[in-house]
Amino acid sequence: MSAAERTVSIPAILIHWTPAIASGFLINLGISMLAMALTTLLGTLLGVGAFARHAWLRHACAGYTHFFQNAPWLVILFYCMLLLPFRLHLGVLALPLPDWLKAVFGITLGALANMAEIVRAALRSIPSGQWESSDAMAFTRTQTLWLIALPQCVRRMLPAWVNLYALVVISTPLCAVVGVHEGMSAVADMLAFHDRPGLLLPAYAYLLTIFFVCCYPIARGAQRLERALHSGDSLVDR
Amino acid sequence: MDAGLPDRIPHLFRTLAARDGIDLSIFYDHYDATRFAHGLVTTVELATLCVVLSVLIGALVAGVRSRKHQSRNRRRVLVVLLDAYVQVFRNTPSVVQLYFFYFGLGPLLAHRNQYGQAVPLIGNFAWTVACLSIYGGALNAEALRGGIAAVQRTTFEAAEALGYSRWRAYVHVVLPLALRFSFPVLRTNLVNLIKTTSVAYTIAVPETLYVSSEIWSDRMNVVEMMNVVLLSFVGMAGAFSLAAGWLERRLQIPGVGHERG
Repeated sequence: MSAAERTVSIPAILIHWTPAIASGFLINLGISMLAMALTTLLGTLLGVGAFARHAWLRHACAGYTHFFQNAPWLVILFYCMLLLPFRLHLGVLALPLPDWLKAVFGITLGALANMAEIVRAALRSIPSGQWESSDAMAFTRTQTLWLIALPQCVRRMLPAWVNLYALVVISTPLCAVVGVHEGMSAVADMLAFHDRPGLLLPAYAYLLTIFFVCCYPIARGAQRLERALHSGDSLVDR
Repeated sequence: MDAGLPDRIPHLFRTLAARDGIDLSIFYDHYDATRFAHGLVTTVELATLCVVLSVLIGALVAGVRSRKHQSRNRRRVLVVLLDAYVQVFRNTPSVVQLYFFYFGLGPLLAHRNQYGQAVPLIGNFAWTVACLSIYGGALNAEALRGGIAAVQRTTFEAAEALGYSRWRAYVHVVLPLALRFSFPVLRTNLVNLIKTTSVAYTIAVPETLYVSSEIWSDRMNVVEMMNVVLLSFVGMAGAFSLAAGWLERRLQIPGVGHERG
């Protein structure tokens, strides 16, 4: 590195690399959104499954939830990265399975357990009278679950769901550890390019700030939702 | 029975590897077994230290932050700083926090030895403990805040009337009650913290995931080791969760605590 390059100030380097870091961070956001969509879908099924009539289905759902609640997300990510094939053969169709998609699956597998718990807790909080009256009105159990109980849960689940999204966003840098290029890898690229020990601290502080700016409003929003829920719902609940 | 169980188990797994190709080398290879055992011990050490320290930090921070137990305006600045600490650590990724501490702060805290090499004062294990305890402390402070809010103001006032100082009333009266109120959240936090210790892999702390990655690179038994790692962590976190549940029931005072016991 030339002497001229050495004199570039650290803020200047950070500003220069901001587009690269930002586009990396967009990958974090993309992964988090895809994972959250999948988590919401499958987690709802899993949570509802805990109320299924068939005992084996109930046990399977509860078993999955308990197991994955205790499994570290990084380990699950490694699992998906190393053991999923890079290409999926479905008959004649060969679907490529890029790393970022495997990361989405990995995060989803971990977050699923949290989502199932959220759904289960919300369904539990539905007063038993609701179940009994819908039974009296000749709704089947499946209909009661999907048409009566679950729609009421949406509002109750919202704060926890928003919190889970923040948790998913925060966990996306783990993808860098297993080789997906995202925000943290962009910072690592910058550090490798400039090779200045003084840059390490500001670089990671910068990345922390980016995550904070994204996640703090989400957490505040969840808090506000929770407060609104507790103040507004009391009339309906009791 | 002459061969004895200790000899049979390695034999069993050696045949399993030779015949079925399921290479669980940690059960028959002495070197791998030792490595893996050390990894497990390191994870347990990390987890224990982080759990204890994070609860202490959480209790301390929650005590100072709670408005109930402090004179007005006295520690405004401190409270604002602690609020900032809790929010920053709760809303940023723990991997990046660890990198910030280890790669960012670590070199600043190094001294030069007689050959002029930089020697870090704090190793990667200690950094992980410090970082994860601070991170877990932020989570626990938030959990305990809810517990403290649930303690009746009159309880604190009664303690004060009995001559307890603010701090002693907090430690001896409010905190034991708050712990019981916030136990379910605390338990979830601590299980998450134990899971998060696997992040120490990224800075080469020889914990379970890291030693396993070494073993699977040497032996090419990725599938087997991946399952072993997953089961090890689920076992450890599950054991902690069960123990915490037991403790929760033991500490339960009738009429105090969560309705959903």
